[in-house]
Amino acid sequence: MVTFQFVPFDSIAKLNSRKRVNKLLRIVKNNKIVILEGRLTPEEEAHLIERTMAEISHPRFSGIELGRIEYSQKYKGWDAVKHKLASMLVGERRGLTVIGPATIIDKIVNNPSQFQLFMK
Amino acid sequence: MSVRGKQVVTSFIKSLLHKISFGTLFAKKKSVKLGLYGPPNGGKSTLANRITNDWLGEDMSSVSNVEHETREIIIREQIIIKGKKGKELSFNLVDTPGISTRIDYEDFMKKGMKRTEAKKRAKEATKGVIESIKWLDDMDSVVVVLDSTKDPYSQVNITIIGNLQARKIPVLIVANKIDLKRSNMELIKAAFPQYEVFGISAKYGTNIEEFYEKLIEFST
Ligand SMILES: Nc1nc2c(ncn2[C@@H]2O[C@H](COP(=O)(O)OP(=O)(O)OP(=O)(O)O)[C@@H](O)[C@H]2O)c(=O)[nH]1
Ligand SMILES: [Mg+2]
Repeated sequence: MVTFQFVPFDSIAKLNSRKRVNKLLRIVKNNKIVILEGRLTPEEEAHLIERTMAEISHPRFSGIELGRIEYSQKYKGWDAVKHKLASMLVGERRGLTVIGPATIIDKIVNNPSQFQLFMK
Repeated sequence: MSVRGKQVVTSFIKSLLHKISFGTLFAKKKSVKLGLYGPPNGGKSTLANRITNDWLGEDMSSVSNVEHETREIIIREQIIIKGKKGKELSFNLVDTPGISTRIDYEDFMKKGMKRTEAKKRAKEATKGVIESIKWLDDMDSVVVVLDSTKDPYSQVNITIIGNLQARKIPVLIVANKIDLKRSNMELIKAAFPQYEVFGISAKYGTNIEEFYEKLIEFST
């Protein structure tokens, strides 16, 4: 059985980057697949990889698989400005980020047209 | 002390002072760091060796078909490459450990390593990934080396390029291994449309002269 845990953006919006990453990694280390509403910044992704590397311990935790489901519709005009500002302040709320333990996910393939999760 | 002795001492002190001031002068002039980044096995070290062989006549890194061969940052200082139009580029070349999100020692055992050796390699590899990420901030420009036979839409590629973009570090993407039949440079171009993508074979030297020209153009 595989458990998915949905993490609404509001539950991480007020956390700093370090706490965001820790919160997500804790769920993944409990053998659940995180479905995060929105996206991490590139720096948060890099930090997540660093934390992951530091915590790898065989056989329980051998790392993570990451993927994203993009939200393709674009805002226009004033809405685009507002959205840009909001995403700079609190982060990108659109799209989904998938983070799962490498012990249960073999690989994630995501290109613009599809998202595939290969289980072990 | 004799007059002669004094002269020797003063000239020694003078040359020492000269060396010190010269030294600080050089310390101020920051050397340009060109980093090779990418996922494991893309051919970073093969390209690093190609560059140092062409311009210094020696290897700098170890190459292997087993992932995470490079597990520490390797720097070769003072490489000067000369372009066709007489332009020069001087830099310190930084070969980095491949960045990945998962490391399992059993994967190394499948490649024929003994358990203890595989475990050691895995441990070192995790540290190498952290080191690569930490060094991102130090780079002046980066060549991202991707295996053009592989899916370019991997999260690691997106994270690396996203971080370079966020740090405003100039990026040149190399589509490596174009000698292989399954190579698909167009897919890399489609995945990263805002970047320049340059196809090479680091192993066989295909397009390498053009790559040096590109490097000079992109870094100067
Ligand atoms: N066919 C082909 N093979 C290549 C080419 N460049 C590298 N390789 C092979 O790809 C494998 C990995 O090369 P490396 O240079 O060690 O890769 P790396 O990116 O440094 O890998 P890590 O150190 O693990 O991050 C080796 O078996 C190389 O011989 C190329 O242009 N063509
Ligand atoms: Mg290497």
